[in-house]
Amino acid sequence: MNNVITICQKELKSYFASPIAYLLMAMFAIVFGFFFWNAVGYFVNVSFQSQAMGRSFPMDVNEMIIRPLLMNVSVIGLFLIPLISMRLFSEEKRSGTIELLLTSPLHDAEIIIGKWLAAVALYGCILLISGLNFFFLFAYGKPDWKPLVIGYLGLVLQAGALLAIGAFVSTLTRNQIIAGSVTFSICLLLWVFEWVAGYETSTWASVMGYMSVVRHFEPFSKGVMDTRDAVYFASMIFLGLFLTARSLESLRWRA
Amino acid sequence: MIKVEGLTKRYGRNVAVQGISFEVEKGQIVGFLGPNGAGKTTTMRILTCFMPPTQGTARVAGFDVLEAPMQVKQRIGYLPENPPVYPEMEVEEYLSFVGRLKGIPSAELAKRVDEVAERCSVADVRKKLIAKLSKGYRQRVGLAQAIIHNPDVLILDEPTAGLDPKQIHETRDLIRSLAGEHTIILSTHILPEVEQTCDHVVIITRGSIVATDSVQNLTSRLRGQEAVAVQVSGADEPVIRQRLEQVAGVSRVVARDTHNGLHSFEVESLPGKNVRAEVARAVVESGWNLSELRAVALSLEDVFLELTAAEKPSEGAKQ
Ligand SMILES: Nc1ncnc2c1ncn2[C@@H]1O[C@H](COP(=O)(O)OP(=O)(O)OP(=O)(O)O)[C@@H](O)[C@H]1O
Ligand SMILES: [Mg+2]
Repeated sequence: MNNVITICQKELKSYFASPIAYLLMAMFAIVFGFFFWNAVGYFVNVSFQSQAMGRSFPMDVNEMIIRPLLMNVSVIGLFLIPLISMRLFSEEKRSGTIELLLTSPLHDAEIIIGKWLAAVALYGCILLISGLNFFFLFAYGKPDWKPLVIGYLGLVLQAGALLAIGAFVSTLTRNQIIAGSVTFSICLLLWVFEWVAGYETSTWASVMGYMSVVRHFEPFSKGVMDTRDAVYFASMIFLGLFLTARSLESLRWRA
Repeated sequence: MIKVEGLTKRYGRNVAVQGISFEVEKGQIVGFLGPNGAGKTTTMRILTCFMPPTQGTARVAGFDVLEAPMQVKQRIGYLPENPPVYPEMEVEEYLSFVGRLKGIPSAELAKRVDEVAERCSVADVRKKLIAKLSKGYRQRVGLAQAIIHNPDVLILDEPTAGLDPKQIHETRDLIRSLAGEHTIILSTHILPEVEQTCDHVVIITRGSIVATDSVQNLTSRLRGQEAVAVQVSGADEPVIRQRLEQVAGVSRVVARDTHNGLHSFEVESLPGKNVRAEVARAVVESGWNLSELRAVALSLEDVFLELTAAEKPSEGAKQ
């Protein structure tokens, strides 16, 4: 356990010692800020219109702002996650520090979990920025906070799953760019698989649909937590970390 | 302390280390000497549990690298070929990180970091980013990292590579001062380094051990030995060679080259024998012409080159 903390701390320090963490946070702040401004502007517009037309149906902030924004964050995440995970192992391989880690008295699992936790924590920091924006909604309106919490839980689970896969990919190469690109392709595929399920009904299409991250995240964005979705993310995390462990082991044999 | 038996490592079809065996006693400094690609790094990586052997066993302090890797790792300090440092860390920060990895209790950590920083002369740069250090300082940080948990065994892969002469000298002194309490294996291409720092030498080439002895034995054995360079004309090379080999006290005759019917040989003698007079007589009595006869000292360097050469020098010369 101590070793996990040691590795995790070191990894977080590395993220924040280089510009990468700040760069990602800045990128996210700008992109999400735009979506947020857009969503709120649209909401205000629609509210005024319906008022002017004398129709005063209750406008739902959760349904009209928070839910679509959470979906947006989920998609932005697909782009940021490869940038977070790409260096996890490939950088250690390139610089030779992997020799230090693998010859120190700690288990591979401790290295992997420490690194993965650090990556999830960094993504958590990025999510906090979006949280800041949502905070304004609470200052000026009365949205329901429970769906928001569940939505964030979903975002963290989604990131955990994709980061675990990214960690695995980064054990395969010493080149960060390759690791990042491959992870990005996987993220993208896991996203667009959903589209196939939209018009196809074959077994393959339903398998693809099941694999789709969006399909399992969407309920979270509505504030609905289904165990099936939680199980999906948990198994993706497990699978990713398991593959990472196997790959690290075979790295020793091939080295 | 270290016992290696029949160790083999294959990378796919490529054999890097082939059935090597050796032992290292507690407190010894052993030099691994060999040309590029000999298998030094591979052997060290197996000893440090970085990768498993294909065949054979390696034991450190009685623990097998395959069966009890944790115990082995706790007892080993390892400096790989490239110091495994994180450029974005400060020296002090890096050393405490490694200390924690090696399981030093946090109460002692600061003290240990101070000690090794002092010992490896990196105390003056402890607040500097490793990215900004020179190669020599990085190497010393790497060494500090290897000894931070006071391991029984130190494995140093080319610890003086890339250092300036003064730093090389200091590093060797440091390594010598570490002997006794630690058992040390270091690898190098440089002979004088072995002569100056090690008790024992293991000469390894193309994956096999070609010689293993105490440095003292090896040097004294070789110092007494001399070789004679001879130039003869008047007969064919194999005939002359055969005759020279029959001279009493000659251990080996190597044909060097041939110019205009003039054949050059190097005649090596058994230790303590002076064969110059006998060689001269043999040539003259056979009715050949002796154009040159000169003693050449056989240095450890020559032996090393000879033992590790991929081809015999004579074959190389003929091409
Ligand atoms: N990861 C690897 N994959 C395939 N072959 C390898 C690998 N590492 C080393 N080899 C091969 O194994 C052999 C031994 O290499 P090794 O690095 O042990 O040599 P060395 O004695 O340390 O050489 P040097 O003095 O250059 O450091 C070489 O032929 C090398 O090409
Ligand atoms: Mg080497």
